[in-house]
Amino acid sequence: MIDTDDRKEIVFPGDIVEKGELNMRNGVFRSVDGSYRSQFFGIVQKGDEFVDVVPFHGTYVPRRNDKVIGKIIDIGPSMWTVDIKSPYMTMLHMNDTPWKLNSGEIKRAIGVGDYVYAKVQTVNEVKESWITLKEPGLGLRKLEGGHIIYVPAPKVPRIIGKAGSMVNMIKDATNTRIVIGQNGLIWIEGQIEGVLKATSAIELIKSMAHTNGLTDRMMEFLKIEKKGEE
Amino acid sequence: MGTPSDKKLIDENGLRLDGRGPDELRPIRIRTDVLERADGSAMIEWGGNKIIVAVYGPREAYPKHTQDIERAVIKARYNMAAFSVDERKRPGPDRRSVEISKVISEALTAAVMVEQFPRTQIDVFIEVVQADAGTRIASLTAASVALANAGIPMKDFVVGCTAGRVEGKVVLDLSKEEDNFGQADLPMAVLQKSGEVVLIQMDGELSKEEFDSAVAMIMDATKRIHEIQRNALVEKYQNIEAGGEE
Amino acid sequence: MPKDASGVLSEIKRSFIQEKLKSGFREDGRKLDEMRKITIDENYVPRAQGSAFVQLGKTKVIVGIKIESGAPFPDTPNLGVMTTNVEMLPMAFPTFEPGPPNEDSIEIARVVDRGIRESKMIDLEKLCIEPGKKVMIVFIDIDVIDFDGNIIDACTMGVVKALSFARYKPDPEGDELPVPINNHPISVTMVKIGNEILCDPNLEEEQMSNARITVTMTEDGKIRAMQKGNIGSFTLGQINEVIQMSERVGNGIREQILGEVR
Repeated sequence: MIDTDDRKEIVFPGDIVEKGELNMRNGVFRSVDGSYRSQFFGIVQKGDEFVDVVPFHGTYVPRRNDKVIGKIIDIGPSMWTVDIKSPYMTMLHMNDTPWKLNSGEIKRAIGVGDYVYAKVQTVNEVKESWITLKEPGLGLRKLEGGHIIYVPAPKVPRIIGKAGSMVNMIKDATNTRIVIGQNGLIWIEGQIEGVLKATSAIELIKSMAHTNGLTDRMMEFLKIEKKGEE
Repeated sequence: MGTPSDKKLIDENGLRLDGRGPDELRPIRIRTDVLERADGSAMIEWGGNKIIVAVYGPREAYPKHTQDIERAVIKARYNMAAFSVDERKRPGPDRRSVEISKVISEALTAAVMVEQFPRTQIDVFIEVVQADAGTRIASLTAASVALANAGIPMKDFVVGCTAGRVEGKVVLDLSKEEDNFGQADLPMAVLQKSGEVVLIQMDGELSKEEFDSAVAMIMDATKRIHEIQRNALVEKYQNIEAGGEE
Repeated sequence: MPKDASGVLSEIKRSFIQEKLKSGFREDGRKLDEMRKITIDENYVPRAQGSAFVQLGKTKVIVGIKIESGAPFPDTPNLGVMTTNVEMLPMAFPTFEPGPPNEDSIEIARVVDRGIRESKMIDLEKLCIEPGKKVMIVFIDIDVIDFDGNIIDACTMGVVKALSFARYKPDPEGDELPVPINNHPISVTMVKIGNEILCDPNLEEEQMSNARITVTMTEDGKIRAMQKGNIGSFTLGQINEVIQMSERVGNGIREQILGEVR
């Protein structure tokens, strides 16, 4: 339970957003009367420099250098078609993997239904994107085992938390490995009980992403879960 | 418009069959997130109307020739359940539902920032589960909520209402009897903030003065209906605030 | 059989479900012969002569019944008529498309229809007004609005509930009568994953299985309709197993959804 001071300001499409001394960034448009208005039903987020309106739901559109999780949905001779929950086509070429593969045999490396953790390498003028597994040091790979869940892309920053604080807390408390794609797909690996607990923790954040004091509440939630086990 | 019946639609006190005054709305209730699979959804109960709206997208436009390289295409599909009307309706689109789908698609396109998602389509599936006069503007009002619920960028809400002439008087939000036996029907939808008209249809007979007063009634009603749209969206977030989880 | 949005169920998900099944439980915690939560709102569409809104887990269907007078079929001049139609609406799932019913929805409608018809749930003889000329036609129409597996059972229980409360007017000027009912058929649909048989599959379980079977039974313990679907097979031993499961699970459903009617 939190008091109303904890609530962030909720806005609706067409509502005026006050910018104060800050600059407008995402989720707003300039109306014909000169005012800034929200494009979304969502919350106003004011940082040190910028004001954003973040929708509660929304479609992911790929940006260069985003790290995403994608599902292989088709295989050609030299490339895979990947579903990253974007309305536009996404592809992975065999030369953008760490393996030496011959044309026509690439499904031995990754099959339909497999998931990959990849980086968006290029986005063309019609928003089609190419992803890569090749860059070292980022943990890009084919995801083996584990469990996949989905949250709307706008909620991803809340699940990660400041400098990863939220997701690290969940990992530690549930003894799981977690990989979060900026497109909203999340991979969780570990013992079934841990995976289920991590899943419900993320579901909780999903439903409360618009409130403040989330970290405290998550600590409480994970502790309660632990008690229940004993 | 049908032929007048012996039934009086407006009594000597100016009240209508269901007890409403001339500028009173039927009860309206909207709920969001009523469906699991859809990207956004809403259900509206407006008088005896019961309508479910689901939004999918933006997603790849299919078939490909329907793609617009500049913007998303909004495809509304208005469909009446076989059991939604007095006499069973054969399933599938008829000329009426095709026309209504078209004017609803066009009205929603005026509000959605379609230029953000070129080459995609946004599907708006509308199922009329029970029809009770005014289904097109009820559908449009709920569709606007479902789009906001799906996180589709919009510059404004679309909100609609009807007015008409019954026994020589201009009244708001026609009931089924008034629709059948009245003398004019004027469904209209506007962008809520700018007041721009994005849907208007009319049949029957209205003087210019009657038209003006019908429009004034509708414009006033859209303010009240818009409050219901906002409350429907925010309802579940307020519940969480109060400590109740879903 | 519908697949998920991109047409395939991931290996990750498959192994997760299989691992859980080994322990006798399903991914959502149910036992193998346990139904999902059932909620039925009766008279959901007051304008129809009978109706029900069924939620079976996350699957949602709306059943509406219209009863109108018309001509009998020439070969059954003394019998009323019933028809069943299922609309898999495009709002129910990302890959469902608008248009006339496809083979999946026709199969579903026919299996539901067969269960009701072969049980003789509706006493069609009593729906004859004037032999050879005028009978009552019972139109059963079902909208599938949200899809998470096992449409057949959701539809059947909705139809049975709606018919149990349906009323009609043989004479437009006369009184309303309840639809004459003989019994209450319940369908139970089961799938096979590995060698396990489980009832009321959700979408992921449907995707993982390659054999499906529906057994519809009445309260007298008689089997009234069966339908095996999909490319896999059942042994005769498993067929016996599914009949037993259908009776046991079906009795529970009947009790739950009709307790107050019967």
